[in-house]
Amino acid sequence: MAKITFITKDQESIVVEGTAGSVMELAVQNNVKGIDGDCGGVCSCATCHVQVDPASADKLGEASEIEQDMLELDDDANEYSRLCCQLQVTEALDGVVLNVVK
Amino acid sequence: MEHLKEDKKTKLSEFPDAFEQARIEKGYGEIDDQNDPVTMLLRLKDVRKTAHNWKTFISGAEPGRIVVPSEVHIRDIRQIPFEVDPPEHKSYRDLVEPWFKRPLGEEYQKVLKTIIDELIDEVLTMDQFEVVGDFSLKLQSRALTTLLNVPYKESETWIDWGVHVFRSEDTDLDGGKANILFDYLDEKIEEASKNPGDDLYSLLLSAVVDGKKMTKEEVKGVMILTFAGGRDTVINAVTNSIAYFAEHPNSLKRIAQEPEITGRAVEELVRYFAPLTHMGRVVTEDTQVCEHAIKNDSRVSLCWASANRDSAAFENPNEVVLDRKVNPHVSFGFSTHNCLGATHARQILKILLTSLAEKVKDIEIKDAKENIEEWGEFNRKVGFKNITVSFN
Repeated sequence: MAKITFITKDQESIVVEGTAGSVMELAVQNNVKGIDGDCGGVCSCATCHVQVDPASADKLGEASEIEQDMLELDDDANEYSRLCCQLQVTEALDGVVLNVVK
Repeated sequence: MEHLKEDKKTKLSEFPDAFEQARIEKGYGEIDDQNDPVTMLLRLKDVRKTAHNWKTFISGAEPGRIVVPSEVHIRDIRQIPFEVDPPEHKSYRDLVEPWFKRPLGEEYQKVLKTIIDELIDEVLTMDQFEVVGDFSLKLQSRALTTLLNVPYKESETWIDWGVHVFRSEDTDLDGGKANILFDYLDEKIEEASKNPGDDLYSLLLSAVVDGKKMTKEEVKGVMILTFAGGRDTVINAVTNSIAYFAEHPNSLKRIAQEPEITGRAVEELVRYFAPLTHMGRVVTEDTQVCEHAIKNDSRVSLCWASANRDSAAFENPNEVVLDRKVNPHVSFGFSTHNCLGATHARQILKILLTSLAEKVKDIEIKDAKENIEEWGEFNRKVGFKNITVSFN
């Protein structure tokens, strides 16, 4: 079980719990505003862009090259950017805080 | 037909990569188009970077010029937001985006499901039918009534227009066909301006963009994009999917057994088919892409079909891997101008796959004529001119 906090662009804080699947799916199931996940999670649409709170950044691994290539051409991206369809919900993510970009 | 069956059993649903050699050796291809040549960019990274660089590679050129083949001789109305660059682009896009995300809603999906189920039930009773005209065109037209939120009956008119909005059997660009659409839209815009309803025309007519009320010409520009952009593309995606499942019955069974892969299957089929081969941009300065010089005021095209087979990003690019997990395809374009209708198209295909898996055990191809596009040295299969099948 992992507790994940999404902070939307209008500063609403949404805490959700999950055990499996991707963080994007968890966000969509909980109607987190700004996470559309149009492509269903195959790293093609970039509609699940989040920036990890620096304080919890060490809970995540590195983005793959394909994910980095997508983010490199996103004007809103910074060093904490991730496409959350590429983040699997595991215990390791417990307590992570994600800022929704759109 | 036995002859066709044996010879083509494994071939009709194959879409060969026409660009492989040029993509690997040079990264680009050169084609002429009505004396306004185009450099086609073939590698995924170049296509993405160029699509993202809207300052050097613009969409807001002379209306019709970024389309290949160029439509400058058949229309002077600007398609919106497609042929507008930032920052104006964003104001238009922000206006239409919520409307075009409606397909994410449950009610919308229910309506699409009814449309698709009815059509499948109808062709299931027939001995055989021609997919392009009797299935895909009908499906596309009927689903479009949901996207525009107009009466279902309107689809009958659109079905009567035939497969292409701008193109006819004989010529690539058919001004007469384009006029049918333009006249129709003028009429509908007038109607909506006299009697506003809850359709897309009315939303646009009442819209204020950057402090200015949208003109009827601008409204028409959005509507032309909506009609033209989603016609051949959806028809190809639907038709080609049916051809694929005819030759891969186990894939259809798999979707019935593992419905959770349906979304990935849609992305993979869309990657593999790339229903739109490429889209152009006009260059605003002397520049270069993959070490190839590109001149100011010339054209490049972003070849989605080639980029989708780039082995730098895709393992086994020429295979349909139904549950491909990482699939950064560009069939819906990339960056600023990515496909506005993608949400609608994805829902159509998702529901189509689900309903086919529920209702159809076996699809048999009786006869088919491939649609091969000619782009200079490249001959690319994009779909079918016609394909007759039976559903069982």
